[in-house]
Amino acid sequence: MAAPPESRARKFAKLLVNGDQVSHLVTLVFAGSVFVVTVLLVYQLWIHSEPSRAKFGFSFLWKQTWDPVTGEFGAWPFIYGTVLTSVIALLISVPLGVGAAIFLAELAPPRLSNACTFLVELLAAVPSVIYGLLALFTLVPLMRTTIEPFLKKTLGFLPLFTGPAYGVGYLTAALILAIMTFPFIISISRESLLAVPREQREAALALGATQWESTWKVVVPYARLGIIGSVFLALARALGETMAVTMVIGNNTSAHASLLAPGYTIAAIIANQFTEATGDLYLSSLVELGLVLFGLTMVLNALAQLLILATTGKGSKRD
Amino acid sequence: MNRVVRRNLVNNVMLSLTGVCTFLTVSVLFVILGFLVWNGIGSVDWNFFTKLPLSPGEPGSGMANAIVGSAVVILIAVLIGVPVGFFGGIYLAEFGGKTVPMMIRYTADLLNGVPSIVIGIFAWTVIVVPMHRFSAWAGGFALSLMMVPIGLRATEQFLRGVPNSLREGSLALGASKTRTIISVIVPAAKQGIATGLILGVARVAGETAPLLFTSLNNQFWANKLDEPTATLPVMIYLRAISPYDDWHRQAWAAGLVLLVLVLVANLAARWVLSRGVTAQRG
Amino acid sequence: MKKQIVWTALLAMSAASALTAAETINAAGATFPAPIYQKWFEEYRKAHPDVQINYQSIGSGGGIRQLTEGTVDFGASDMPMTDQQIKDVVAKRHFKPLHFPTVLGGVVPAYSVSGVNTELKFSGETLAGIFMGKIAKWNDAAIKKDNPGVNLPNEDITVAHRSDASGTSFVFTDYLSKVSPEWKSKVGANTAVNWPVGLGGKGNEGVAGLVKQTPNSIGYMDLIYAVQNKIAYGSVKNASGSFVKADLNTVTEAAAGAAKSMPEDFRVSITNAPGKNAYPISTFTWLLIPDKIDNPAKKKAISEFLKWMMGPGQADAQGLSFAPLPMAVVSKEEKQVSLIK
Repeated sequence: MAAPPESRARKFAKLLVNGDQVSHLVTLVFAGSVFVVTVLLVYQLWIHSEPSRAKFGFSFLWKQTWDPVTGEFGAWPFIYGTVLTSVIALLISVPLGVGAAIFLAELAPPRLSNACTFLVELLAAVPSVIYGLLALFTLVPLMRTTIEPFLKKTLGFLPLFTGPAYGVGYLTAALILAIMTFPFIISISRESLLAVPREQREAALALGATQWESTWKVVVPYARLGIIGSVFLALARALGETMAVTMVIGNNTSAHASLLAPGYTIAAIIANQFTEATGDLYLSSLVELGLVLFGLTMVLNALAQLLILATTGKGSKRD
Repeated sequence: MNRVVRRNLVNNVMLSLTGVCTFLTVSVLFVILGFLVWNGIGSVDWNFFTKLPLSPGEPGSGMANAIVGSAVVILIAVLIGVPVGFFGGIYLAEFGGKTVPMMIRYTADLLNGVPSIVIGIFAWTVIVVPMHRFSAWAGGFALSLMMVPIGLRATEQFLRGVPNSLREGSLALGASKTRTIISVIVPAAKQGIATGLILGVARVAGETAPLLFTSLNNQFWANKLDEPTATLPVMIYLRAISPYDDWHRQAWAAGLVLLVLVLVANLAARWVLSRGVTAQRG
Repeated sequence: MKKQIVWTALLAMSAASALTAAETINAAGATFPAPIYQKWFEEYRKAHPDVQINYQSIGSGGGIRQLTEGTVDFGASDMPMTDQQIKDVVAKRHFKPLHFPTVLGGVVPAYSVSGVNTELKFSGETLAGIFMGKIAKWNDAAIKKDNPGVNLPNEDITVAHRSDASGTSFVFTDYLSKVSPEWKSKVGANTAVNWPVGLGGKGNEGVAGLVKQTPNSIGYMDLIYAVQNKIAYGSVKNASGSFVKADLNTVTEAAAGAAKSMPEDFRVSITNAPGKNAYPISTFTWLLIPDKIDNPAKKKAISEFLKWMMGPGQADAQGLSFAPLPMAVVSKEEKQVSLIK
């Protein structure tokens, strides 16, 4: 349609009223700010860790000494503590979590299943500091008076269970992390199991399998990618946990072989020492630790997303 | 024992074990609530909500400044995080092409996975250092970073969940895209979006690590937003690691109050969502 | 709207809340003197409701660091700032930090040993050995030698130290460095050192908590924390060879020599001081005040507080197990207040 040429004022008014381009721009700015901020975050971590990166290079990752007096900073004890506590936490929570997920997906009637899943997912909402509060006053004394002496008596010949029973230490931190990771494993594994087509189960049962055999040998393997994805997700969360761990890990800057020994994780030492690090090298070493942690969790989260997407089909898809 | 009997036995044992696993994991929530109520309920009194924290052993101590401080910091987080999540989600669902939205979604997921202590470091470098002070602003900014990915995702998903027929109908009637979004799509998805935003608030309400070196703490009222501010999670932490029994009791009380608030927020979010789903079907 | 109503209501209900007229001064630093600083700031605010000093006890290292970053108006530390740290502050903040001694205190070896109700004696080398991990059991020969006749259990020693950068740590490690050459070369003296063994607690409060809750443990802490938490603490062998327990007299005697020869900038260490009854792990603790404060209201408030602290404030010290400053030090210090521009 040949319209008469519009005046600039009319054009501008139309733009405002209909404003598709304007709203496109406005929403793009908001969405883009997420991108900008994340890039800025990585950038800040990078530049604020420059002094220690320049001084130590890659050896920062395996040096064991953390000595503010001599200016020697090495990340190994903290990487070790972070990975150790998280792995042990998963060793406890994965069997329990997958077991519960199996029950909730295969055995429980739908209402019970939904109700229990709901309760478990509420666990994910409990703040870390409250887990820490509970661990400090209930779990630590229990560990010190009962569990750790028991472990020492029965398994004390292993180097894993030597040393005094402090109550705080790697094992206690791992236990509280295990509890904190249940919700992720149960919720996502259950979804993965539910997504397995009925035909798979029915086929197994038709072949004479017991329900357990059908579940364990057919359904679970079918859903294994999603379950593994949930494990990675839980691992990523556990690596970054700060408050609960800080309160029960014992705050010792060396790596120890015994699970009963006090140690440190990356998040815990940053939380404890960040406001007080005097000197640029000290501070930059702490920021570099943050960068290392960020890198670790980034890789794990990416893997988790891929795996979960592959099985449950969730994620950003249209309709 | 023949094979069939053995297999049946294994079946029963393993299935019972899974039931045990479920019982153990589900009961943790009740154990947590139980301990908090047992240890904290006695100390949650009128003073707790109205008085300032005092030296250990002094009567009449409370956490009024921490409760208000938490509310202030969360409010700042909401003012920053909600618009970004909401409008950003609209962009991702309605406007974007292929590559730009993909990049934004990727970085939002990345941001979601950043450990909270690292978020604290970032907020310290961009707010505390240039401002030369610890402040509620810095704390609110840090929390908003944790809120945004949740709000963004929820908004996008629920907007996409609106059937295309509604969009097409509106456009056929001559409405612009903007009009369609404002008047048709967002209202249709509003329960889901609200859920995402409430969940975002619930998530950050209990966060401690990002506040440790942004809003720090304050034994008095913070009169301005650019001053260190007491918050509930930080107070719980500081009281719990002290050697004073009196302060431990306060930590339990504060923990109970915080947990109740967080759980209520979560329940509210789910309730809103469930209503939204049924409303949409109708 | 609702939030504003709630906030105003809470403010009105809370006791003696300073409203918008109050100037909040932010300070942070040592946990060692935190009990008396908090009492001072509360008391001062009651007398001067428009002056609100918010003190966060995050450790001496934190106090120095935040002063350097400019996020606090003044800091507090039990370790005098090193020349390098002072240079950093001058470079970054364009003022020089002035050291104002506030009180004297003692760092005690507090312990919780099963079955031991008598007071234990520790020599310097023994303490160094325990904290280095070389002396691992309570019934070790070295501890027995200092404590004849005491029935020490055959239990592992759990060591508790600071996880944060602490002036208390500095005082303790400074003392250990003076009495044990091995400690000096292996670990050294600083607010944060590479502790060979032990659990880390945050603040004096954290270490006290650890010692109180962990059986057969030992940790170092400010005297007041041991007293307030009813934790047993031992006597320490001083430079003259006598076992001395920390109290007001013994701590004051440790400062007696230093008071006479106090350097201009008040930075001095009084560990392992001579004197028959001197407590060997004593220390001054300082407020770190900028010599240039731009905000006139804050400058006035801080200067007046300092004068009050050196005068009437000193009366609070004894009640909290700190020793008041010797008169010779106070008169020198009063002159330093005028250096604040």
